[in-house]
Amino acid sequence: MNLLADLWHILWSVETLTGTIRLSIPLLLAALGGVFSERSGVVNIALEGIMLNAAFATVLATHALTHPAVGEVPGGPFADPDLLVFGMWSGVAAGMAAGVLTALIHAVVTVTAKADQIVSGVGVNLLAIGSTQFLCFKFFGSTSNSPTIPAIRPWDLGDFGQSFLGQVLFGYSPLVYLAFGVLALAHVVLFRTTFGLRLQAVGEHPRAADTLGVSVGRMRYAGVLLSGALAGLGGAYLTSDVAQFTQNMTAGRGYIALAAMILGKWTPGGALGACLLFAFAQKFQFALRGAPSPLLQSIPSQFTDMIPYLLTILVLAGLVGRARAPAALGKPYEASEA
Amino acid sequence: MNSNGKLALPAAMVAVALFGLFASPAPLRAEGKLRVGMVFDVGGRGDKSFNDAAYRGLERAMKELAINVEDTKYIEPTQTADRETGLRGLAENGFDIVIGVGFLFTEAVNAVAKEFPETKFACVDYDIQEGKEIPANVAALKFREEEGSFLIGAISALTSKTGKVGFVGGMDIPLIHRFQAGYAAGAKAANPKVELLVNYAGVTPDAFKDPSKGKEMGLTQYSNGADVIFHASGSTGLGVFQAAKEKGKLAIGVDSDQFAEAPGHVLTSMLKRVDVAVFEEIRSAQAGTFKGGPRVFGLKEDGVGYVSDDNNKSLLPADVIAKVEELKKKIIAGEIKVPNQ
Repeated sequence: MNLLADLWHILWSVETLTGTIRLSIPLLLAALGGVFSERSGVVNIALEGIMLNAAFATVLATHALTHPAVGEVPGGPFADPDLLVFGMWSGVAAGMAAGVLTALIHAVVTVTAKADQIVSGVGVNLLAIGSTQFLCFKFFGSTSNSPTIPAIRPWDLGDFGQSFLGQVLFGYSPLVYLAFGVLALAHVVLFRTTFGLRLQAVGEHPRAADTLGVSVGRMRYAGVLLSGALAGLGGAYLTSDVAQFTQNMTAGRGYIALAAMILGKWTPGGALGACLLFAFAQKFQFALRGAPSPLLQSIPSQFTDMIPYLLTILVLAGLVGRARAPAALGKPYEASEA
Repeated sequence: MNSNGKLALPAAMVAVALFGLFASPAPLRAEGKLRVGMVFDVGGRGDKSFNDAAYRGLERAMKELAINVEDTKYIEPTQTADRETGLRGLAENGFDIVIGVGFLFTEAVNAVAKEFPETKFACVDYDIQEGKEIPANVAALKFREEEGSFLIGAISALTSKTGKVGFVGGMDIPLIHRFQAGYAAGAKAANPKVELLVNYAGVTPDAFKDPSKGKEMGLTQYSNGADVIFHASGSTGLGVFQAAKEKGKLAIGVDSDQFAEAPGHVLTSMLKRVDVAVFEEIRSAQAGTFKGGPRVFGLKEDGVGYVSDDNNKSLLPADVIAKVEELKKKIIAGEIKVPNQ
């Protein structure tokens, strides 16, 4: 049947595959951040705000470092085409730094001040929406859009880059490979290092960890700040991908990352699987309507828009077994409690 | 654990934001000076498309009609509720003409215009509904987007080597369907065998400001064989240009000339002269000839069109332009009826 052939083509096209990888990256980075924060016992719905702040910081820094001189305005130190690459990666570093700073707010409020973690996260997210618009207006004269910045592009591999293997394996921004490196590292750090085991101990049974001389507060700070760096990298990826900042451009990706982390049972590998699933659902949705098939095109977009969420609910309800959160998740630690 | 106190933070931020919007002391009204307020659509200033076209109209008015910067104010709303608040705030602060940019303002303009009958209002893309009266102090600015899009469709089909052309829409609504309908009809008129790929970014106003989505939709269509994509999607379309750059394909801008977004990859742009419409309303307000009611801008009025200049000369061959000009004449003469749905 024609319809089945069309669907088959969509499912196995290079574009669906590579698009799924691309779309999963910001989710994956934020979800990995979530793993570190929540394993230490701190709920982090602030991922959304962290990503948004980082996205803006990336654009601001990249713009400042790379834009050429115009009239009275001096050019950035990396405006020269040969030096652009330094400007772009400095922008990414700035994004991560902004992520860490944003996470620091969350850490101070939840770990030091022992306030409710959800409420703090909501506060950080609202603050990020406001502050990025304010700063965007301050620097670029619009609360909605920044100017375009140079974007980190895939390597140019000539003809090989156009081949199937070239596209599927090497057709991505260098940030994509960085993200997979971070994924492997996160797994090793969490399960194979003293630091990772202590982090888990603090999230499972802070009193026991405290008794053994592990500083609960310090480990939780480490977990939250790490999540800031990782989600910040995710935000930097977003802006680097489209080469500009747009008002509230994270569009809920931080929350989806949080869901992916839970779906992946608080493990890096599980988070990867969940992020790929979400990303595939979204790419599939674009591919359905953008296919040269009148039948598929006649599906209302109101319906195709539901697919990622519908899939999420189905997976959450059926395929995944009971997910167990870290035992001390969401509970501030009181050292004086008996 | 004091969690209640923390709620004060977001509440305080909202309060500060609202305060900041109107707290700046209104400058003393200079006698006889026209004061112009503008509230932007989703996508906002810097979208290099729809909103920026409206802003150019305001800029031109400042220059040519000697309106001081202090006598103008613009607001970029974040949410639906902010649109009406923005209009009302400007009217309350004594702005003589208040312009809402975008069809989303229709209800808000209706409501606020009744409260401030002395203030003049203009609404770009005002959604005229049958049986519903337009308030006497509201100028409803309408464009025949389908006519401009028809020419764009013809350009796409005549330029495409694969026989497949793409359309990326923002929000899935009748206004954007007009672009699509005209585009499809124009493409078919130029090449009856042309295939059309269509994506919409979503069903909420946010669909106009998601460039990441735009880029993935663009990449999808290019991979499916389209080699020219026309977008009508606000900031979302900026992602389509990124996709065109990455894949070495062509894209077509909307509302403003978007050549600068991806030089060498922007075939042309469908112009919607929001700038002209806005400027004319401000001018008539200053001259005292402002009149409420619908105002329609089509090909005949030069309210819509396409870009053909030095920038895209190498992409747009003369024989294509000749054919398109012929179609244009036929539309103006009424020989071709362009569908709008």
